[in-house]
Parts: sequence; C-alpha cells; structure tokens
Amino acid sequence: MKTYLKFALVLALIMPFVQCEAAETLNGAGATFPYPVYSAWAFEYNNITGVKLNYQSIGSGGGIRQVTERTVDFGASDAPLKPEQLQKGKLLQFPAVIGGVVPVVNMPGVKAGELKLDPGALCKIYLGEIKYWDDKKIKDLNPTAKLSHNEITVVHRSDGSGTTAIFTEYLSSVCHDWKSRVGSGTSVKWPAGIGGKGNEGVANYAKRTANSIGYVEFAYAKQNKLEHVQLKNKAGNFVQPSFESFEDAADTGDFDAKKDFHLWLVNAPGKGSWPIAGATFILLAKEKTASNKKVVSFYDWAFKNGDSKAKELVYVPLPKSLKDKIRGYWKANGLQ
Amino acid sequence: MARTAKKNPVDMSFSVITAIASFSVIIFIIGILYVLISESSLAIGKFGVIKFLTSTDWDPVKESFGALTNIYGTAVTTVLSLIIAIPVAIGIAIFITEISPNFLKGPIGVAIELLAAIPSIIYGMWGLFTLSPIMSNHVEPFLEKTFGSVPLLGILFQGTPMGIDILTASIILSIMIIPFTASISRDSFNLTPAVVKESAYAIGATKWEVVKNVVLPYSKLGVFGGIVLSLGRALGETMAVAFVLGNNHRITTSLLDAAATITVTLANEFAEADNDIYLSSLFYLALVLFVMSFITLAIAKYFLLRAERKYSR
Repeated sequence: MKTYLKFALVLALIMPFVQCEAAETLNGAGATFPYPVYSAWAFEYNNITGVKLNYQSIGSGGGIRQVTERTVDFGASDAPLKPEQLQKGKLLQFPAVIGGVVPVVNMPGVKAGELKLDPGALCKIYLGEIKYWDDKKIKDLNPTAKLSHNEITVVHRSDGSGTTAIFTEYLSSVCHDWKSRVGSGTSVKWPAGIGGKGNEGVANYAKRTANSIGYVEFAYAKQNKLEHVQLKNKAGNFVQPSFESFEDAADTGDFDAKKDFHLWLVNAPGKGSWPIAGATFILLAKEKTASNKKVVSFYDWAFKNGDSKAKELVYVPLPKSLKDKIRGYWKANGLQ
Repeated sequence: MARTAKKNPVDMSFSVITAIASFSVIIFIIGILYVLISESSLAIGKFGVIKFLTSTDWDPVKESFGALTNIYGTAVTTVLSLIIAIPVAIGIAIFITEISPNFLKGPIGVAIELLAAIPSIIYGMWGLFTLSPIMSNHVEPFLEKTFGSVPLLGILFQGTPMGIDILTASIILSIMIIPFTASISRDSFNLTPAVVKESAYAIGATKWEVVKNVVLPYSKLGVFGGIVLSLGRALGETMAVAFVLGNNHRITTSLLDAAATITVTLANEFAEADNDIYLSSLFYLALVLFVMSFITLAIAKYFLLRAERKYSR
C-alpha cells in the first residue's frame, strides 16, 4: 500500500508542472546554426508573454522533413527552399537572421585580416590546383606579404552542414570549374583536403596545422579569434568580415517575397558586401493558420526587440527594409 | 500437475511478463530490419545491390552513391583495432588472474571497468584534442621515417601525418574495446579449476607454462567470446571515431590517410541529408552494416558452438 501512496504523492507533485507545460508551447525543429539566438529570444519572449518556444536543433534536413510531415509548428533551414519545393510541401518561408562563412588561415608571419584572396584563388585552392602559398596568383594579390614555398593544407567540413552549403554555393557562383566539377550542397565530394567535424573540428585542424586554410561560421571565427582573410567581392573591393559588411550584403541582396525569399546571399553586389553570407529560414505549414499566427508574432517580436541580443551572439540582424518585406509577406498570407 | 493447477496469479503474470520481454527483442529486430529495408528501398531500386556494394563513388551533389569506401574503412579500422587490443587485453587478464599480488587486483579491475563506462563521445573529443596532435607531431612522423622507405611495409605509412586517419581511429577503438575483452577473459581464466593449476605447479611447471598449457586451453572459448563481443562493438562504434577519421570517401592504402566507416558517414551526414535518394542511401548503408554485423556474429557463434561441442566430448 505504501508504494501506491508514494506513487500518488509523486503524481500529485508532478501534475501542476505538466499542466503548466501544456499552457502554450510552440514546437520548432531544424537548423543547428541559429539555435543559440532562437533559444535566447525564446527565453525573453517566454518571460514577457508566457508563451514557451521549444526549438530542437536537429539539422536543416530534419527540420524540413518534420514540417513537411506536420509534426512541428515550424521548421528551420539554413538552405532556402525553392518556390516549387515549397509548393509541393504546401509551405511558407521567410528569413529570420543572417550569418556567414569566413575563410581562416594559419600562416606563420601573417596576421588576421592581412592575407587577400580573390574568388579565383580561393576556388583554385579548394580545387587543389594552387598547391603552394607562394603561387603566382596569391603573390600578385599580396605583393607585400612574406609568402614562402609551403604546401597549403586545405581543411573542410566532414559532416553535412549549412556552412558547407553556403560556402560551396559561393564557390559555384564565382567559379565555373567548381560548379561543373563539384557543385554545391550540404556535403560535397571534395577534390582536395582533409575533413574536420563541425566548426570546432575545422578550427582545431586549422589552428594546429601550419600553412592551412579552412572555413568556419562568422560567429565561430570571431569568438575564437581565428585569422580571417580579406576577400574580393563582386564590386571588386577587398572586404573584411564584420557586422557592417554582412549588413551591406543583406541590404543589397535581392530578397523577393514573390519567390518566398528564396536567395543564397552569396556574391552580393554592394560595394562593402562580404561575399559569403546566408540567411537562415523559417518554414511554416500553409494550412495551420492558428499556430502560424503564434509563430509569426514571436518573430515579429524578435524583429522588433531581438537585434541587440542577436548581435551579442554574433548574428547579423535583418535590415529594416527586409523586415518590412517579411511583414508584407505575412499579411499577404493572412498571418498578421 | 497439482502444483501447476494451483499456480498463483503472481507466478502466472511473472512468467507472462518475462515471455513478453523476451519476444519483444525479436519483434524489435524484425521491426528495425523492416524499417531499414523500407527506407532504403529507393536507393536499392536505383543502385541495385552489386553496384552499391562495389562502387566507390559517394557524391551527394550528383546523387551517386556507393558503399565500398565505407565498407573498406569499417573493415580496416575494426581489424586493426583488434590487432592492437587483443594482446593487451589478454595480457591484462593474465596479469590480474595469475601474476598480480592480491592487493593490486581490485584497483586494476576497477580501472578496466571504468574504462568501459566512459561515454564514447568523450573518447572522440579526447582523440581530437589530445591524441590526434600527439600522433601528428610525434608518433606518425617517427613511423613514416622508420618504415616509410621499407618496401611493401612502407605503403602503409605514406602521406602527410595529420592525426586524423585510420591509425588514430584504430587506436581509439582499441582502447574502447580492451575492457570488454579483458574482463571476459579474466572471468574465464578464473574458471580454470584451482586443482588443475595447483597440480601443474606441483609437478614443477613455471607460471608461463601454467598459463600457456593449462589456463589458456581451458578458457579459450571464453576469450574468443570476449573478442567477438569487442568485434561487434568496434564495427558499430560511432562517436569515438566520427571526429578523428575525416569522413573521406576514398580507398587509401596508407594508415596515415583519412577514411570513412559506415557509422562515421551516418553520424556526419544524416542530419543534413536533404534529398530523398541521399537519405535513402544512408539507410541503405545502415542496412549493409546490419547485415555485416549479423554475418560476423553468426560466423563467430558457429565457431563457438563447434568448439563447445568438441570440448564436451
């Protein structure tokens, strides 16, 4: 009898919490990249409104599948879905926050932000065609730098990731050889180099191996003070990765509500634009109007109040013009 | 008869519950097999069996998939880790049961069991941050310098030592499987009747002779069982090697090159597999691993049974 009593007591203790939990919860799943900022926003939003946002960072692929199968209130993906894919899955899509990819190098005697690369050189390094740092192409870009005859160790991601998708999308858009031989995607068949798992894996190899080059998320490069490079953008200027250069890219990027904002933010035309950026996207099931409205009011709140938090976590907030476009898109779909 | 008729309800429900528990295992296995086959049917239809198993192509962009590089990586790392682990594990077991003074038996035994309790992701991170720099800075350059120019053997030690390669992964795997082999070997060594051992000592046998001629023959079935268990673990181990193998879909002859095992590919690529044929091919890989594990365990079981029969005669 005693055990039954205990059981009942425990149940009685747990019940109120369970009830609380059920009050109002939005379930989302998808990309790992925006997870820190979504959960920071969700925490503040919960304090203010009492609405709980439960976001599972299971990866973009999983997020797309879960929202297509309608098991979550919203999905999140680092790669934009094409309008016809959205049509097929009866989904809506809008960007939420911007991030980017930064090539990082480890070369004795070369400081952060000193080395200059252009799209052609970066592409040929990753194709394995430029094998040494004193290659003529690199020397021409950096006439003053001390470049010695050292073999380049190329580091890439070994796991499938949105970071790789943005990076290879960039290489495909600026380099014909890359597009025809390798292509773009969350994982690709790398022609050269070694693979590290996750940003930390790539950074670890790049840090440890002299004369290496790798690519990591902007936030990761900044927080770990990795030695980034300057890149030549579409307008022909050499730019450093920074909030300003990312915002410039977002400003000049041609996000179009008619195409459900489908856009790879690579090679943006702005004068000061960092060329390898990308928005991360939210996916909604078209017919679930009631829950969509709640998700939309969360992101509306985040667009109004979340910019400083996003910057603190080294994400680039959407520019105002784009936020207005997204609000228009919500209205057009009867969600606001 | 009278007893069964009087069986009380607690007894009855007890046997029913145990029966359900046992059958649920079979149902789970069949269920998993069913899911693997149905999820991979798309890839089976597109690539077939022979082509999938013999193709070395793994290109998510062009949507062309083959399993040979993964099967090769799995086989090589498993075999290599067993080669490293078995002598060490059996040495540990012999030391604990026959040689070590009593006060040391406890601490060593506990240490081995603790080794088995460490989560595999810890081995993975330790491998990435600690072992891999040691390998790339010290061990691998030494190996390359010493054996790199030896004919035939030299093929195994070529390339830039990066520390993310088959050798590093195999060493981590071997550390993970040593506890299994060691503790099972120890238990079976302990089963050797003391009388037999004492008789051997009494006629003047040395420790080495006792171990070689009495203990090892007496317990070889148990040791073999331990090795099979480790083999199963090495085949399926994922997180410990996911960080240090590089997920490189190529067949390489050098132990200092990155490679990919089936589990490493699954761990690295499953979450972001964004089209149907890609996902289906990953399930197909899992199915291949399932069949591989099944076949190895079946062969091992067969030999164990045969040996057991021979023994009991």
